[in-house]
Amino acid sequence: MAESFTPPIRLTRRHLLGASLTGIVLSRPAIPRAQESPIRIGFPVPLTGPYATEAQDQVRCAQLAVDEFNASGGLNGRRAELLARDDKLNPGEAATRTLELIEKDKVDFIVGSLSASVQLAVNNVARQRNVIYNSISQSDQIDALPDWSRTTFHEAMTPHMTAGAVGRYAFGKYGKRVVFLSADYAYGAEMVAGFKAAGAPLGIEVLAELKHPLGTTDFSTLMPRIAALKPDILCLCNFGRDQQIAVKQATDFGLKRTTRIVIPVILYTARLAAGPQAYEGVVGGTSYYWGIESSVPSAKAFNDRYRHAYDGKVPSDYGALGYAGVRAVLAGAARAGTTATDKVVAALEGMKYDFYKGAETYRACDHQAVQSLFIVESKSKDMSGPADVFSVLATDPANEASLLSCSAEGHAS
Amino acid sequence: MSGVSPDLLALQVFAGLALGAVYVLLATGMSLIFGMLTVVNFAHGAFYMLGAYLGLLALDATGNFWAALVLAPLGAAAIGMVAERTLIRRLYGRGIDYPLLLTFGLAYILVELVRIAFGTQGLPFDTPDALAGAVDIGVGYFPLYRLFVIAVTILVLGALWLFLERTPYGLIIRAGARDPEIVRVLGIDVARVWLVVFGLGTGIAGLAGLLAAPLQGASPEMGNSILAEAFVVTVVGGMGSLLGAVAAGLLVGLVVSMTALVAPEMEQVAIFALMALVLLVRPQGFFGRAGLMS
Amino acid sequence: MRRDAWIARLTPHRAALASLFLLVFPLFMPFKAIAVNILIQGLFALGFNLLYGYLGLLSFGHAALLGGGAYACGIVIVRFGMPWWIGIASGTLAGMLVAAAIGALAIRTRGIYFAMVTLALAQCLYFVAYQAVDWTGGENGLRGVNVAGISLLGVHLDIVRPLVRYYFVAAFVIAALFVLSRILASPFGAAMEAIRENETRARACGYDIAASRWLAFVLSGGFCGLAGALQAIHLGIVPVETLYYTTSGLAVMMTLLGGMGTFFGPFIGAGVFLLLEEVVSLWTVHWQLLVGAVFVACVLFFPRGLWGTLLAGHAR
Repeated sequence: MAESFTPPIRLTRRHLLGASLTGIVLSRPAIPRAQESPIRIGFPVPLTGPYATEAQDQVRCAQLAVDEFNASGGLNGRRAELLARDDKLNPGEAATRTLELIEKDKVDFIVGSLSASVQLAVNNVARQRNVIYNSISQSDQIDALPDWSRTTFHEAMTPHMTAGAVGRYAFGKYGKRVVFLSADYAYGAEMVAGFKAAGAPLGIEVLAELKHPLGTTDFSTLMPRIAALKPDILCLCNFGRDQQIAVKQATDFGLKRTTRIVIPVILYTARLAAGPQAYEGVVGGTSYYWGIESSVPSAKAFNDRYRHAYDGKVPSDYGALGYAGVRAVLAGAARAGTTATDKVVAALEGMKYDFYKGAETYRACDHQAVQSLFIVESKSKDMSGPADVFSVLATDPANEASLLSCSAEGHAS
Repeated sequence: MSGVSPDLLALQVFAGLALGAVYVLLATGMSLIFGMLTVVNFAHGAFYMLGAYLGLLALDATGNFWAALVLAPLGAAAIGMVAERTLIRRLYGRGIDYPLLLTFGLAYILVELVRIAFGTQGLPFDTPDALAGAVDIGVGYFPLYRLFVIAVTILVLGALWLFLERTPYGLIIRAGARDPEIVRVLGIDVARVWLVVFGLGTGIAGLAGLLAAPLQGASPEMGNSILAEAFVVTVVGGMGSLLGAVAAGLLVGLVVSMTALVAPEMEQVAIFALMALVLLVRPQGFFGRAGLMS
Repeated sequence: MRRDAWIARLTPHRAALASLFLLVFPLFMPFKAIAVNILIQGLFALGFNLLYGYLGLLSFGHAALLGGGAYACGIVIVRFGMPWWIGIASGTLAGMLVAAAIGALAIRTRGIYFAMVTLALAQCLYFVAYQAVDWTGGENGLRGVNVAGISLLGVHLDIVRPLVRYYFVAAFVIAALFVLSRILASPFGAAMEAIRENETRARACGYDIAASRWLAFVLSGGFCGLAGALQAIHLGIVPVETLYYTTSGLAVMMTLLGGMGTFFGPFIGAGVFLLLEEVVSLWTVHWQLLVGAVFVACVLFFPRGLWGTLLAGHAR
């Protein structure tokens, strides 16, 4: 059985209230009254449903960023407060939660979401009310007009960046004859487009492009056809359980004998849930893996703080995005010396930072975080412990050229 | 895109049959419960999911897949019987809406209890060593385990047929499905028959879940999507008809696998389109009784 | 019997009483967005109840009516830049058109098969919306249904403000309540009741059963389409999940929880369900456990629904 690496989270209203009360009590009396209210960060993530494990780790990591901010004195003594809410992985629910956070809780910033449709919904509500939103899940569209707005930031990577980096590595190494199997939604299509853009200069040959419905639990009807094509590479452009099951069933059908399975986003949590057998030899990209701490000092520091706070466990990739997303808006507020939207936006634009994975910066035109990506391979032997699941094959450095161009996204460049 | 060779077509048929086998098992249990108790069991997917997790527990305790194959369905049946005795029994004779709502609530409870006990992420379930790997079936390689699923389904259906057609208990069940009043007048304890039928139906659902676990792992949500598909199969075959459940289960499996050859993204909608088509032509399904539940 | 006498005396004023309640309702709510959701979901359940509670037809495809209305409103505003009132009119009309089409196919089936045909047709519509990315945004949903200001008879309403948005939506919901009350009091309302009570006798009395069913379905579509249009404007987005079958399930659950066949039950059901989710999900991530338990308890102890039990004055 996979080791359960998450302490259970309980979000109690008392806890949230308690946090805000201490925030008020601890602030120094010399500070004007208006300054006494804490900096509130709304954090809608899917605490229930298929991505609950990832979302709960996002809350743990985000809380870590808030605690660090408060421990270092806050913003002139003004403390920060995290308001985590369950968006249930549903855009309608997420829009309601965002309305609640803005209208009732009067949050200063929104950070969160774990799916493209949910982040676009949150963004739509936040931008109409001039509240900064920092998205921590993948989407190309959120960077592009008409969805993007001046208050929109994107700490997570985009499919174009992810698939591009993984494609450049894999097509050069494993072969040029490729089959794409993607989930039938924007994420899948954007990943395929990213792979193709990276593969075109390398001269890849696309043997087939198959789509499956989101939430598919059986891929047996597709495997014989893929096996018959004998591709060098099978690109699985899907996420979460879809990905776990597809990898497992590709293994069952013996595809790995002739084909390398490549995944744009290989999840730490999914690999734990599916086990080493199914993921053996699978290569993929990740925005973060705790194992980079051997060469990246900020990762070591982040991991250590997480270990200290949470029983010696290590943070997950999407969890770490929660940390970076929250820390970024707080850093922006600190730089601006205020939480006023316009000033914080100006402070965040072009901000250079290294929170947990090496140098990053928010590109000016679309507020996309320019960052590195790590190519990893799933381990099935010589593991030092239950958390030792990947070996890092390569690092794709932070480079603005890896992003879609500003003009392609509809921005005046 | 390469053309479709006869070998590939044959492999697709096998894939469809293996897929259909799981549908058949779920729909059989559902149809049995509906035919006998007129309960539309919305918790059927939850019992399917329970089968997978009970299988993991049994595997942990005994280390033996074959023991799990027996213990998990028995566990699901036991939980089903407790639910029938304590909750569902109180609603007989109140129409289909109330049991439907009750089992809907029950499904929520069961899924959440599993999340609390086993975590939200799902757990890996490795294919047993003896059944791992792919075998050459003449037209290409096919996973041995999927052939095993087809074989178990055939065995279970055979046993169920013998039980219903050749034992006195089966006779009572069939009579009870047709006219519970007469059965009661004959001095037979109908309440016990209901209990056995609900246990049988949920036990078969648990078996289906256990069989599916090595294919996709165990997760709390695994019963949600397959519930809709099982409903379609049950309805297309005709509510309450076991023969219908078998025929429709295989048909739906084949429709899915053939759709996958042409346009895999349409797999799910193909199932519903099939149902709409069948019901508009034949409103009671393949083998359903006309006028039932109207 | 005193209670029955009171109910009989108040029934002609039920729409006015319900409206009064809705006017003061937001004062008791933790936040306004959920109050608006309750209005919208209540209207959706009310439309569903017209078919199920008053005619006995259990549809599992009402998501198509809500979603049809939401998309029509959203598309008209986002893709064609039309004003908000055309969006709402289009949404209501689209709900009726979708209902007319599904109804024409489905009314020849009965009972559980009616539920399944409506489910299947609604799922097909979901698939169409899912694939028509250029129009609907596909899985990402339709964004940008952003109606900021509304000018009405020279008065400017800023519906980004929570309370203004509530009363804007409430105005339409209250109008719908009066329309429903009127329908129920009309000869057609009597026909529906006759059909539900005894189909054979109703047919003998000269009622055209099929036509009545179809008409009720279309009217139901009007209410649900309006609810969808209001939801699109309220949330600023149309999620494709609006068309998914779980949305249909929600209508069934809210109606049964509140009390099928009662005038105000659907709103009670929507309110209790959404508030329960709201309160418990703040308290624990395992809120679904409690939601499930409440459903089980309601079925066992309040089979007429909460409002229905209150009206009947006793629990079974």
